[in-house]
Amino acid sequence: MREVDARGRSCPEPVIMTKRALKESDEIDVLVDNRASLENVQRFGRAMKKNVSAKEEGNGWRIEIRR
Amino acid sequence: MEGTKLTSLVRSSGCNAKLPPGDLHKVLSGLPPFHSEALIAGYESADDAFVYDIGSGKVLIETVDFFPPMVDDPFLFGEIAAANALSDIYAMGAEPAVALSIACFPSCLDLDVLRKIMLGARSRTDEAGCAIAGGHTISDREPKFGLAVTAIHDKYRVWTNGGADVGDSLVLTKKLGVGILMTASKGGECPEDAYNDAVSAMRTLNKHARDTALEYRVHAATDVTGFSLLGHAAEMAEASGCMITLLSSALPVHGAVYELASFGFLPEGRYTNEDYIGDKVSFPPDFDPVLRDVMFSPETSGGLLLSMPERDAAEYIRRMEGQAWKIGFVSPEGVKPVSVSI
Repeated sequence: MREVDARGRSCPEPVIMTKRALKESDEIDVLVDNRASLENVQRFGRAMKKNVSAKEEGNGWRIEIRR
Repeated sequence: MEGTKLTSLVRSSGCNAKLPPGDLHKVLSGLPPFHSEALIAGYESADDAFVYDIGSGKVLIETVDFFPPMVDDPFLFGEIAAANALSDIYAMGAEPAVALSIACFPSCLDLDVLRKIMLGARSRTDEAGCAIAGGHTISDREPKFGLAVTAIHDKYRVWTNGGADVGDSLVLTKKLGVGILMTASKGGECPEDAYNDAVSAMRTLNKHARDTALEYRVHAATDVTGFSLLGHAAEMAEASGCMITLLSSALPVHGAVYELASFGFLPEGRYTNEDYIGDKVSFPPDFDPVLRDVMFSPETSGGLLLSMPERDAAEYIRRMEGQAWKIGFVSPEGVKPVSVSI
């Protein structure tokens, strides 16, 4: 599973990182640590017609983007 | 550092850089109250500027606004920052007379960048007929620019956000979505046409919108900036003791905004705005979540939001020739200050 660490990044960077990673891999995990990134990365995943879920992890969230 | 991209130096930009409104409210509400007979409207009224009675039927209107760059071109940034600061005066129905500039500037940047920012601001204040009479500049890691603007106006001709009347039409004078477009632009994802339209809208003064509206009855006015369309509409509804219904299908939105919003190019302020005013807005069931995002997103140098009698609004919109849209109407006080309808 490819993991994208977008912690410490502010929007739109986590979305751009997610977009790049999804070009190379169908299924990825994205780590984020702020609410805007959590929401925006999930929106991007759904707009790409993926199954998206998020769970709290550490001081942030792990967003699972699946086929 | 010549050729440095201005936006690469800042974390957030434009009106999106405002402190979350909920946080600011916590601070302000904890301060000891201040009373002055002459102060007609201060910060507690959540209006665009303060209004201070200077006697003989005249008032002083003052506002300050500054922010980090949302565009890389320094001249353009100066233009947008100035248009945005001047807008608060137009939203009070007044004409800017004199301004002071406020600048933060990194010592590592070429001073010519600051000169271009100031020239950009001058081009807007010249058009407004407003003098920049001085200012203050400090060294800072992130560049920021804005103006404190002063107007003198007739006491009984001030527009506030508190006079909206049942039956009024609500008119908006710029399209929505520039905050979303600038967020996408920061990631290199904003189409050129949409970017150019947004920039052109942000640097446009609300002078023409205000001057033209003077010929009609305006019951309440504000401008749409960092607190989003919904935030500013809620402030107007609460100050007026009425309910504002916004017609989502009538909202003018810049090209590409809807698609970029659906892909998650949303400024952080979109979420802090909903935290602050989400419970003041009702949406129909199954409302389009993307439009909801657009309506909660911060705008930079947005249009005037005017509450006018229906006939005045219709005539005003005709006169504005495609630069004003009816986006809602005013009803008696309801369950929530703002009701969104399809």
